[in-house]
Amino acid sequence: MADALPLLRVREVSKSFGAVAAVRDVSFDLYGGEAHALVGENGAGKSTIVKMLAGVHRPDTGSIELDGTGQDLGTPADAKAAGIAVIYQEPTLFPDLSVAENIAMGRQPLGRFKTIDRAAMVRQAAQLFARLGVSIDPNRPARGLSIADQQLVEIAKALSADARVVVMDEPTAALTGVEVERLFAVARSLRDDGAALMFISHRFEEITALCERVTIMRDGRHVSTDLLTDITVDEMVRKMVGRDLGALFPKQDVAAGAVALKVRGLSRDPVFKDVSFDVRAGEIVALAGLVGSGRSEVVQSIFGVDPRDTGTVEVVGKTLKPGSPKQAMAAGVALVPEDRRQQGLLMELSIERNVTLPRSRSLSQLGFLTGNRERREAKEWTQKLKTKYGRLSDNVGTLSGGNQQKVVLAKWLATNPKVLIVDEPTRGIDVGTKAEVHRLMSSLAADGVAVLMVSSELPEVLGMADRVLVMREGRLVAELDRSEATEESVMFAATGQEATL
Amino acid sequence: MSATESAVVSRFANWNAAIIAITVIVLIVAAASVDSFGTSQNFGFLVLDLLPIALVALPMTLVIVTGEIDLSVASTLGLSSAVMGYLWNANQPIETIIPLCLLLGAVLGAVNGFFVTVLGLPSLAVTIGTLALYRGLAFVVLGDSAVADFPTVYTDWVTGSIGGTPIPNVLIIIVVLAIVFGVILHATPIGRAVFAVGASEQAARFAGVRPGRVKFWLYVASGLISGLAGVLWTLRYSSARADNGAGLELAVVAAVLLGGVSIFGGKGALPGVIAGVVLLGSLQNALRLSDVSNEALNVVTGVLLIASVLGPNLVNRLRRT
Repeated sequence: MADALPLLRVREVSKSFGAVAAVRDVSFDLYGGEAHALVGENGAGKSTIVKMLAGVHRPDTGSIELDGTGQDLGTPADAKAAGIAVIYQEPTLFPDLSVAENIAMGRQPLGRFKTIDRAAMVRQAAQLFARLGVSIDPNRPARGLSIADQQLVEIAKALSADARVVVMDEPTAALTGVEVERLFAVARSLRDDGAALMFISHRFEEITALCERVTIMRDGRHVSTDLLTDITVDEMVRKMVGRDLGALFPKQDVAAGAVALKVRGLSRDPVFKDVSFDVRAGEIVALAGLVGSGRSEVVQSIFGVDPRDTGTVEVVGKTLKPGSPKQAMAAGVALVPEDRRQQGLLMELSIERNVTLPRSRSLSQLGFLTGNRERREAKEWTQKLKTKYGRLSDNVGTLSGGNQQKVVLAKWLATNPKVLIVDEPTRGIDVGTKAEVHRLMSSLAADGVAVLMVSSELPEVLGMADRVLVMREGRLVAELDRSEATEESVMFAATGQEATL
Repeated sequence: MSATESAVVSRFANWNAAIIAITVIVLIVAAASVDSFGTSQNFGFLVLDLLPIALVALPMTLVIVTGEIDLSVASTLGLSSAVMGYLWNANQPIETIIPLCLLLGAVLGAVNGFFVTVLGLPSLAVTIGTLALYRGLAFVVLGDSAVADFPTVYTDWVTGSIGGTPIPNVLIIIVVLAIVFGVILHATPIGRAVFAVGASEQAARFAGVRPGRVKFWLYVASGLISGLAGVLWTLRYSSARADNGAGLELAVVAAVLLGGVSIFGGKGALPGVIAGVVLLGSLQNALRLSDVSNEALNVVTGVLLIASVLGPNLVNRLRRT
């Protein structure tokens, strides 16, 4: 159904930041009525391409053409005016304005006295939602909307601006399965109305479900553009990383040792209730469930950053007092949190400071830090994890997502944990890094570390875990052995109904 | 994004060096163009004038790096001075009064810390409140009167200099405390925690830092040093008054920001702050020597405060084009 002429052409664009060439001579075409996937490892240059289309960065060389005419997208307003809309992973709505006001921002319908015609504004928003087939109240404030609903509001905003090219930058990273389906239904209807979609994701099952064509990038260069009917997932992965990967989920069999983490009757009203489980040394236990089922809250409560009402946590026989991450760390617990930008890292501080922050006391001599030991330690651990960076004194915020995650892992592995809790350890990172993280977790378990992993990615849960604990609405509802755990059994426990996937 | 972020980093690094260079230039120009600026006698006055700003700026730097602020410092200084006068009038020995005034400062700081960390109120509002409250209490304690006649052993030490040298005694206090606070901020786990809290309180918590505890003790330190500044102020002029140090918080915040500390927290360095204090103090001193009125000196503070924000921005914009 693709039109003969491309709607948007990217022609040999290049962009450098200082000495680093982020994108080199990349060309591809987007057709109206077609969904086009852009894939590549972190740092491959996808974000830079998105930012060029969004008018955030201007290409150093090359051009972007819409309908055969060259465009100078110097600002986001230019891109908007040209009909290009970008939906980011974390939408940026005005939280205290209503949904309708957010959609109409900058183009509010005016009444007789040049005042805003609120009724018309709400009506237009309602029409857009009706067209998208979603039910969001246009009058409610944007604050409190789920990320999925915020993205739908962004899409409605794009529609109201008559966007013909819609770029979605990892929109599904924080969505549940049902939300992804709803987003895809909307995306398909946009496509069928003749818009050109560009879809960026690390999840191949989503790409094959939604897209017709895929462009693969590596190291800032264009590798290939293929019809998805002509390429297998294995081929895509090979092209992305430029080499063959080992198994994606290489959990080795390890004989489980003594109980390292013992949780009994953990409750915090109304988030989770009566959660009890053990994790043994050498074991990887996955905590599965839908987003919002209370998994992250449980692990944060174990670590002590969140409070708890009742229940006990024991680490290698030592009882932890509630609300003290410091004591949990001293007992040998490490938590790699869910949200790396807000919780895992101090984005404006250096790589070095980030890696050594939890250990600054033990690295000090007579209470003083001269910086040498911190530098040595940061260097050692970032190298162990093969982190790519310019200088250790660079802000950690300048790294790509995968390398940021490695810094978080380095930071916690340096504490030599007995119990490692990882919350969504591979969210938003590329396949290459993902495999490295999985191998790392497996080898840690082999060395006798007890690993508790929260994950929303079923393949990761099934591939990595010796045991799967499933949470639903704040309660632990199932414990499945490696042999019992399948997509169906986990989803059944997580949703409380027969899986429809 | 990465390009702008590293520009921000180098901007702060450069501003720190720039402010030190600007300070040196101002000192040289002042010495050359203002007749009595470079004399050893004036050096003593300059240090004494700088004393309260320099002392209070030290804990203020740490407070601002955590992303908070303490505007009650000048009122704490005033209340410390008023209580000192009241107790001296009540014939208490000076050896008891001075520790009591320091303790009072620490308690006043702890009150700020309690409101900010335990109750979680915004420090800007809390310390504007205690700015008025503590100054009001100072007037309750001492009214409009002034208490004088403090023991000359103490007043002479504060205004005197080391042996036969032109180096004022109080410079020892400044240097020692500057080293203490500089080391705490830049070479201890506490300092690492201070920067972490300022960069992201949540991420700091996830790394085992207790932001509330860090901030609470910084407010206590701020109160303690302000109490000390009140004692030294009183001894310098041998006059305890409720309005001592009024408006000083403005100069302190100006000096800290001028020194390159980010008002949003997470960034800053103590050497720059020292340069900011010296720049502010010596400019005021030089202008005073040139017969500029005290009231007009506020213009200088205001202009410098704006320059402290504008300067790094302009430098950044020039570098980009």
